[in-house]
Amino acid sequence: MTEMSASATQIQRPDLSGKRLKRRYAAEARFRLYGLIAVFAALGTLVLLLFSIISNGYTAFAQHHIALEVTFDEAEIDPTGERDPQVLRRANYQGIARSSLRNAFPEVTERRERRALTALMSGSADQTLRELVMANPDVIGTTQRVWVKASDELDSFMKGHISRDVPESDRRIKDRDIVWIDQLIAAGNIESQFNTTFFTAGDSREPEQAGIWGATVGSFLMLFVTLVLSFPIGVLSAIYLEEFAPKNRWTDLIEVNINNLAAVPSIVFGLLGLAVFLNFFGLPRSAPLVGGMVLALMTLPTIIIAARAALKAVPPSIREAALGVGASKLQAVTHHVLPLAMPGILTGTILGAAQALGETAPLLMIGMVAFIVDIPGGFTDSATALPVQIYLWADSPERAFVEKTSAAIMVLLAFLVVMNAVAVLLRKRFERRW
Amino acid sequence: MIKHSLAVAAIAGLALSATAAHARDQIRIVGSSTVFPFSTAVAEQFGKTTDFKTPVVESTGSGGGLKLFCSGVGVGHPDITNSSRRIKASEFENCTKAGITITEVKIGYDGIVIANSKTSNPLSLTKKQLFQALAKKVPVNGELVDNPYKMWNEIDPSLPAKKIEVLGPPPTSGTRDAFVELAMEGGAKKFESLAAMRKSDKKAFTAVAHGIREDGHYVEAGENDNLIIQKLEANPDAVGIFGFSFLDQNADKIQGSTIDGAEPTFEKIASGEYGVSRSLFFYVKQEHVGVVPGIAEFVEEFTSEGTWGEDGYLLDKGLIPLPAADRKAMRASSTGMAPLSM
Repeated sequence: MTEMSASATQIQRPDLSGKRLKRRYAAEARFRLYGLIAVFAALGTLVLLLFSIISNGYTAFAQHHIALEVTFDEAEIDPTGERDPQVLRRANYQGIARSSLRNAFPEVTERRERRALTALMSGSADQTLRELVMANPDVIGTTQRVWVKASDELDSFMKGHISRDVPESDRRIKDRDIVWIDQLIAAGNIESQFNTTFFTAGDSREPEQAGIWGATVGSFLMLFVTLVLSFPIGVLSAIYLEEFAPKNRWTDLIEVNINNLAAVPSIVFGLLGLAVFLNFFGLPRSAPLVGGMVLALMTLPTIIIAARAALKAVPPSIREAALGVGASKLQAVTHHVLPLAMPGILTGTILGAAQALGETAPLLMIGMVAFIVDIPGGFTDSATALPVQIYLWADSPERAFVEKTSAAIMVLLAFLVVMNAVAVLLRKRFERRW
Repeated sequence: MIKHSLAVAAIAGLALSATAAHARDQIRIVGSSTVFPFSTAVAEQFGKTTDFKTPVVESTGSGGGLKLFCSGVGVGHPDITNSSRRIKASEFENCTKAGITITEVKIGYDGIVIANSKTSNPLSLTKKQLFQALAKKVPVNGELVDNPYKMWNEIDPSLPAKKIEVLGPPPTSGTRDAFVELAMEGGAKKFESLAAMRKSDKKAFTAVAHGIREDGHYVEAGENDNLIIQKLEANPDAVGIFGFSFLDQNADKIQGSTIDGAEPTFEKIASGEYGVSRSLFFYVKQEHVGVVPGIAEFVEEFTSEGTWGEDGYLLDKGLIPLPAADRKAMRASSTGMAPLSM
């Protein structure tokens, strides 16, 4: 006995449990640290992204204007004196705007200099004057102080994007321009105003006249078509597959294909749209209708998968109870299961729509990556979309488009945040847990 | 029930759009991304100053544009295509086969610049040196070998002792095509062995002259020229290749290198002294004139002196105009819709 116990004590090893415990704690602490680092790295990149976009783009929401003393000469605008809108519209407002600016600088007489002077003013000055006269013909015969847009270069200069310190030959604003600008500033004739054009105009090649409204309307027309097509089709197929379809090899095949379809690169849908909708059905190029149809194909699998998951989450007891009190299968689904699954389905749909809103690749093939000035008025008008607008501006040589690009990204992000917030809200408020 | 009416609405929408496709009151323009900035500027001006709708301009690349353009007659096809090179004989044949009569309009020139950051010294290059720096295979001591040059001064002691690092457009770009054709081919011809090869075996010569190295010294920087400029700013040792209008807009940040002794300036590109420049075109489908409203007026607007002349607004966008006499002749032939023959 004693021998045995002695041998037992002999094979006893030193007690390492404390050390092991420490090692396990250390491993856990390390793991937590890695996790934290990962989270902060992700957050850091997000902050960096937002910071660079906002710091680049916030200036785009303001636009410098020049004040002109404009004499609305009746002989020039309305020689007949009848205030006929047709006549008023066609008056030479460009000439009036230019001579108003020149009058402020009577010492500038040489032709090239005068051209350079009027180039400080946006090409849209005539439009500002025309709208003023059309809205209120009483100004004819009076002299008014009118704020017109400054050119993109003056605007960039005032915002500090063009430095005075670089040699003259290297900047787009020349020394004589700076003299004029300083005079205008001294006279209180340059002012930064909120840039409403950015939210109300379509695209333009002149940065100060370019706006995002055309692209926004295009995006929402497209999104409407997408939802009208993909939501009913998606929900119906999900209900059929989940509630009615027999489980056999065919439905398995369909399920695998839907899951695969969700992972197909979006450009493929664009090619399909080109081949089928444009070439075969002869639908118009660049139309939000076609864009919406292509994006509907793209979001369909997302919606089907989300809807099926939401339907699956409704416990079978609900169906059985409905069937037990004599409801038909259809009644059980439409009266009980579907309403309970709706928050989940809607969340999935909104996320699918948000994805569609940010998509450009499929639009490339169907001609929606295009320069379009007119605001689309219907589903078959030529239109572009928000992310496409960002891409087009990012590729423009004019310096002032850099800030417009970032500002447009901010607008797109705002839409996406709102859509995601709605999805979260729906889930939080209506989702039921069993 | 609701779903039923939605489906009906969708089908009705389809039917409506199908009829809309048969009547078009808006000019459709496709084609080169190099001509895009000019074409869009004219389109916008045209939309503002006339009662016609603003034309829709798509940037599809020269080749893609001509393909769409030549696919047929009818409102489903574009009316005008922009091109940063002349139409090829094969493309012209396709167009003719589809029953299309083309009017060619040459609008001006575009220079391709080799530029680096203002913070480093300006480069003075020759086409031959460019070829040696960028080609996949170069002749060394009469033998065609894989490009051995890693530093600029290995090519010529007058060049800086810096690593060769060139940011340029990818093969899908028209700028790349033009660069390869004008600069690389021009440089390759300067080698006697290659010049001889050009005479004996044109195909082999083209393969050598057009082959750009893939060992990391030439970086494909995407189609976005603004991005190349940002990268040049960040890396003073790098050199970029892009269109003249981007140099024009960013002259405070970057500087153009001289090529064969000529600086990339407005005047020298216009006079042809700067060797890496190309002509820009657009092509009009005559069958659509009078069918789609405004085409003749658009051509009129594009070729007016106030647009493409010495004081025209396209100059502000970086277009290098044709000489005055050429402009006059081109305006006469294009507004008269002279058919192109090849």
